[in-house]
Amino acid sequence: MSKVLMKGNEAIAEAAIQAGCRYFFGYPITPQNEIPAYMAKRLPMVGGCFLQAESEVAAINMVYGAAGAGARVMTSSSSPGISLKQEGISYIAGAELPCLIVNIVRGGPGLGGIQPAQSDYFQAVKGGGHGDYHLIVLAPSTIQEMVDLVQEGFDIADQYRNPVMILGDGMLGQMMEPVEFKERKPRQLPPKDWATTGWKGDRPRAVINSLFIDPQVLEEHVQRIYKKYEAIKANETKVECYNCEDAEIIVSAYGTTARIVRSVIELAAKEGIKVGLIRPITLWPFPADTFSSWVERDHVKAFLTVEMSMGQMVEDVTLSVGGRKPSYFYGRTGGMVPNPFDILDEIKKIRGGNR
Amino acid sequence: MDQERLILFTGHFGSGKTEIAVNYAIKSAQSGQKTILVDLDIVNPFFRSTEVKDKLEECGIKVISPNFAVTTVDIPSLPAEIYSVFADKSSKVIFDVGGDETGARALGQYFPYFRQEHYRMYYVINIRRPLSSTAEDIISMMQEVEQKSRLKVTHLINNTNLSYETEIHDIIEGQAIIEQVSKSVNIPIEWTAGVSELLDRLPENIGCKLFPIEIYMKPPWQQLPQGKPFRAQN
Repeated sequence: MSKVLMKGNEAIAEAAIQAGCRYFFGYPITPQNEIPAYMAKRLPMVGGCFLQAESEVAAINMVYGAAGAGARVMTSSSSPGISLKQEGISYIAGAELPCLIVNIVRGGPGLGGIQPAQSDYFQAVKGGGHGDYHLIVLAPSTIQEMVDLVQEGFDIADQYRNPVMILGDGMLGQMMEPVEFKERKPRQLPPKDWATTGWKGDRPRAVINSLFIDPQVLEEHVQRIYKKYEAIKANETKVECYNCEDAEIIVSAYGTTARIVRSVIELAAKEGIKVGLIRPITLWPFPADTFSSWVERDHVKAFLTVEMSMGQMVEDVTLSVGGRKPSYFYGRTGGMVPNPFDILDEIKKIRGGNR
Repeated sequence: MDQERLILFTGHFGSGKTEIAVNYAIKSAQSGQKTILVDLDIVNPFFRSTEVKDKLEECGIKVISPNFAVTTVDIPSLPAEIYSVFADKSSKVIFDVGGDETGARALGQYFPYFRQEHYRMYYVINIRRPLSSTAEDIISMMQEVEQKSRLKVTHLINNTNLSYETEIHDIIEGQAIIEQVSKSVNIPIEWTAGVSELLDRLPENIGCKLFPIEIYMKPPWQQLPQGKPFRAQN
């Protein structure tokens, strides 16, 4: 198929449809409105169902129901809306249901603003909702990668019976880039024999549940889910290392910020400063081993994490670096996007021992 | 430049209206014409003409933006100041209209003024955008835009592109499909738009005037001046 020029939000929606998603439940919020708008136009054309719910809380519970019935289903929102969805997300994780949740992050806290931000990292990777659980969190940094990760995300969700989150930001949602919808090889997925599709007496009753009254049973349930998380960590961790060979400073960034850091690497090279980039593609599982593998290298003097937040992923970077090298942070927040020159200045300060 | 005083840029969502409107305004101002650009986009939260307000004002162009544009308010409301451009007839006025029929809706309220004066309404087309790759799809959207704006498209613009991956065959394929549109609705293609490096390589027989543009709507990692965060200066 030839390339088309798409906004990030539109690309997410089209990729989901091409991955076989036929159900979308959501509630509008900027800067992700092109996703529901596109779904509203396109889903009826392919025999699917778009429904604008009365609230985010209703939408996530519709996702819970559709996922329980074995459907490929998604919802999308932006920061405040995702906060509203947290109870349902915890139920979905507890009931081990596959679905795709898109968060096109905007500035917070509270209603915040509509400009791009990355300040929902903690919420996405450290829980957000209550209880012991994890989302698998994918962080694209180009529109093409958004397409690829949405399609992959549905498969990962089905393979592990676990909700997957696409963590984008307003910039990625709104910008336009050429994309291609490639023929892809779907994973070999287990049958959804757990789905509540109607009991006709020919198999044991399927029950979708996240309530376990007996503490021992609940503990066993949670421990079993955590074994599954170990498999996800082993099989699904994705990271990109760029220009790290010989790098003096390794910058870590994801999504839009990683694009900016690539410009910084060019600017730094012009001044003879060797800068590398570690770009986590999965934020959970976090590519801790990749950091460990670079940290012992002599040429690496320090790590710098750049985010559109007051410093969230930097905690995982610092943990992975484990005190073996200094770990610094630079961020802008509230919808402000870091300028490549300002990041370069930070790098120079670190080199000069001024931080 | 065009004779009409009121120039409108409409089109499918993401067809490149803003980029063309900004370039048109700058060309107009450079020709010595008093120029006003009205950012009438009520659809896009960012990548709007208001973001290049500084550059436009440097060229002597007055920019009228929706209240709160590029701030944190979800729905930009339109300022009363817009009515002044119909009263003071000394300036050329360029309207950058939001995409699809949703964006065109913002024009409806100014209908009485457009009825009193000649206007030129461009419809910008990029066949590499979703739901606009065939003549039928393009015509159906264009008719919705006309309905909602209560105005008639007078000229078409071929702005077929794949951003930084555009090849001349994209533009040529766009031209062929837009020629079908043009024949079918009897509206002329006024321009083929694109960056000059590409337009220079087009065959002579492309059949309409060329409109070379410079790209002003850029993501923040491309050529930001030192010390400036990505944000419009209001």
